[in-house]
Amino acid sequence: MSREYEAVIGLEVHAELKTNSKIFCSCTTEFGGEPNTHVCPVCLGLPGVLPVLNKKVVEYAMKAGLALNCKIASFSKFDRKNYYYPDLPKNFQTSQYDLPIAQNGYLDIEVDGQVKRIGITRVHMEEDAGKLVHSGETITTSSGSLVDYNRAGVPLIEIVSEPDLRSPQEARAYMELLKSILEYTEVSDCKMEEGSLRCDANVSVRPKGTSEFGTKTEIKNMNSFKALQRALEYEIERQIQVLEEGGKVIQETRSWDEAKGVTVSMRSKEEAHDYRYFPEPDLVPIVIDEEWVESIRKSLPELPQARKKRLMEDFGLPAYDAEVLTGSKALAEFFDAVMQHYKDPKVVSNWLMGELLRLLNASNKSIAESPIKPQGLAELLNLLDKGTISGKIAKQVFEEMFNSGESAEAIVKAKGLVQISDEGAIAAVVEQVIANNPKSVEDFKNGKEQAIGYLVGQVMKETKGKANPALVNKLLREQLSK
Amino acid sequence: MELYELTAHELREKLIKKEISSVELTNVFYSRIEAVENHIKSYVTFTKERALKKARQIDAMLARGEQTHPLAGIPMALKDNLCTQGVRTTCSSKMLENYIPPYDATVVERLDAAGAVTLGKLNMDEFAMGSSTENSRFFPTCNPWDLERVPGGSSGGPSAAVAAGEAVYSLGSDTGGSIRQPASLCGVVGLKPTYGLVSRYGLVAFASSLDQIGPFTRDVTDCALVLQAIAGHDPMDSTSADLPVPNYQEALIPDVKGLKIGVPKEYFAAGLDPEVEQLVKQAIKKYEELGAIIEETSMPHTEYALPAYYVIAPAECSSNLARYDGVRYGYRDKDAEDIVSMFMKTRDEGFGPEVKRRIMLGTYALSSGYYDAYYLKALKVRTLIKQDFDRAFTKYDVLLTPTTTSVAFKFGEKTDDPLAMYQNDICTVTINLAGVPAISIPCGFSRGLPVGLQLIAKPFGETTLFRAAYAFESVTDYHRQRPQVGVK
Ligand SMILES: [Zn+2]
Repeated sequence: MSREYEAVIGLEVHAELKTNSKIFCSCTTEFGGEPNTHVCPVCLGLPGVLPVLNKKVVEYAMKAGLALNCKIASFSKFDRKNYYYPDLPKNFQTSQYDLPIAQNGYLDIEVDGQVKRIGITRVHMEEDAGKLVHSGETITTSSGSLVDYNRAGVPLIEIVSEPDLRSPQEARAYMELLKSILEYTEVSDCKMEEGSLRCDANVSVRPKGTSEFGTKTEIKNMNSFKALQRALEYEIERQIQVLEEGGKVIQETRSWDEAKGVTVSMRSKEEAHDYRYFPEPDLVPIVIDEEWVESIRKSLPELPQARKKRLMEDFGLPAYDAEVLTGSKALAEFFDAVMQHYKDPKVVSNWLMGELLRLLNASNKSIAESPIKPQGLAELLNLLDKGTISGKIAKQVFEEMFNSGESAEAIVKAKGLVQISDEGAIAAVVEQVIANNPKSVEDFKNGKEQAIGYLVGQVMKETKGKANPALVNKLLREQLSK
Repeated sequence: MELYELTAHELREKLIKKEISSVELTNVFYSRIEAVENHIKSYVTFTKERALKKARQIDAMLARGEQTHPLAGIPMALKDNLCTQGVRTTCSSKMLENYIPPYDATVVERLDAAGAVTLGKLNMDEFAMGSSTENSRFFPTCNPWDLERVPGGSSGGPSAAVAAGEAVYSLGSDTGGSIRQPASLCGVVGLKPTYGLVSRYGLVAFASSLDQIGPFTRDVTDCALVLQAIAGHDPMDSTSADLPVPNYQEALIPDVKGLKIGVPKEYFAAGLDPEVEQLVKQAIKKYEELGAIIEETSMPHTEYALPAYYVIAPAECSSNLARYDGVRYGYRDKDAEDIVSMFMKTRDEGFGPEVKRRIMLGTYALSSGYYDAYYLKALKVRTLIKQDFDRAFTKYDVLLTPTTTSVAFKFGEKTDDPLAMYQNDICTVTINLAGVPAISIPCGFSRGLPVGLQLIAKPFGETTLFRAAYAFESVTDYHRQRPQVGVK
């Protein structure tokens, strides 16, 4: 970004709530399914139907609000947002307007070691719309379009931030933290690829040091953290260029084109809808007493930031490790579970960040799907500590455990991988290696210290990595100094 | 009296005594319909096969001596904005001309469980908007007392059918007087229950915060019977009250001694037909004779009710009717080239002028820049009107007013002047804004046309209404008068 400008960014995040049934009817919220099979007269908005609010939705929204440090409204209501679109069964969306369920919260994000507080304006509940399936590219160029209402009525929360973000990195950090908080609280499964977590950004730029806002654009269609960051980088640069060239930024909605790496104009705000909001007469207001709020507050799990702090304080882990481990609730829980059966936190952290994440990524599995369970890892690490297996063998066993799901002990036993700590047995191999490698022996005797590394390697090779490395080292030196 | 002129409770006795079977009774009604329907035109759809099937079931139950509901085997009919599974529900609109709902309204389910025999679906003003049933997309319904006159609206079909002997009772809906006004003009009993007493699930919405389903009957006893069958909490309607339903039969005592009746003077203002006023005042005298305490009172915000109503009802209607766009069901314009023109043409061709007028009014009232001046202001008026009623009910058990300012008017008399038509609802809309219950009962005839009396009670005060109405009915015989359809 040009030195003289700064960006002003606010994010609107939609998260699908993980309830079993829809917001105003008992249809399932399960993803997928044949088109129009997860529907009923209510979510199809047929003539005469009425919505009935799913209490779980209110609880999930409260949970998210509390986790985002918001104040929960004691009196809240639903409103109708009126607009025409074929994926909207009633041609109005039941949403919240002037009295959202939660307001005035914040998130503390960390970028380059700096902590920054980002305000959260509001959290409100609403229903999702259906999905259009076009025979062509878009609704206007298609010869025909079909509508799938399976998603219509799936509960959403919209989380609106203050325009406190100043860079794409900050926006990304905010979004990542928000996602992990929603996962920790289990209100959403946050699958961006399935659209259960969506983000729109409002962006403007202004000369550094000024306090007035520039004209903003809204960017839609960013389906990953990377896309969010790239889209913002592009859009900020574009706006600066427009201003540098003496032009004016037009207030409009733009779409992120992932393939081309550009934002493109969707529609100008001038023709924006008048949503004609008014209170939803088919639903009674939501009254929430302090007791209810407290019971939800008590049900909140430890949130990522608190957990990170705990990992650093209680286990002495470096900030980097704590950040990685708490970035996902499942990973953090995995760590805690291993620590129930093992003593060295840093060793566990290394194994999780290294071997486990590597194998999971390679096989495209989530932590929940990991064939290695926390206790299994602890068992392996204990075998290593006892000297039953060597570090090298341990990695081999770990991979074996991951592939077969067998326990460490079973694998070690079946494959005879027990470390050789018998001095006599190792001494024999050492003798043989010395005899077979006169050149290296010569080098060592001439003061080439690194030659011993080669000889150790040869002994390990002969013993298929099972020899106790410390013992090999000791015996080699003894023999060579004779 | 002919069988088709009797009340449900009278017919019930004949069924129990096996003087007649439900199948015979059902056929009596279809014969009656055949005889007069071409004069009245109250039905949009008949469900004869289903009706006879149901009647046979009830007959079998009666033959086995099984316990049956007081309404079992009694032929009735439904306003065509109540959803009926597998039976088209048109709202008398081209938009829904061929729409067949996949589910039953809660009231339909409840009556079905009670053993009601549904003869068919009844004509109405399109989407319940109107005061004369002239806005039906199919045909106007005639007043059985004078075929040149309107039956009232929007439940003109349900009121005319009951008055003409084409159904023993019927269900209608009342958003601003759509049950009480036609009941008054057709000389039958019509009840708008407390908002929240009867589930709205399956009633095609006009204005959600005002709509309420209620019965048309020939006397107060039947009214209590039908309300008993349809009232009560419904988990499918979150605005329905979770309260126990009283036994309304117990309220049917011909005694109003000490009952405090308030007569709000604002309802007797200019525009009230002198003969109507005369008949209502006679009724007041009757109540006095029966020992009720009558007092004139004031409801100061009454004059703002009509404008507030004609902001709130269209605002809600503009949103409720947005779903009729040709995408999923109902009428669709076939020639549109893109989605926006398809929406526009479908709605232009599918809706009649009155519906469009109200959608436009409501869209305007909710649009940004006007919301505060119209919609919000109307909500404030609504609160003041509610307070008028709250205050009145600290002093009175019942309020008594005319139901309509005049007797049934002639076809076309008011159709060119929508504002004059809206004036028709002047005595009834306040009740919907306040959410309180009100009943219209016959209280006399002016130039051979029925005049109605409106009794109003506090929320969930239906028992008081029944008591007051029953007492009046016990000492009068207006409710026994039947029109001579086709005889001039
Ligand atoms: Zn559903």
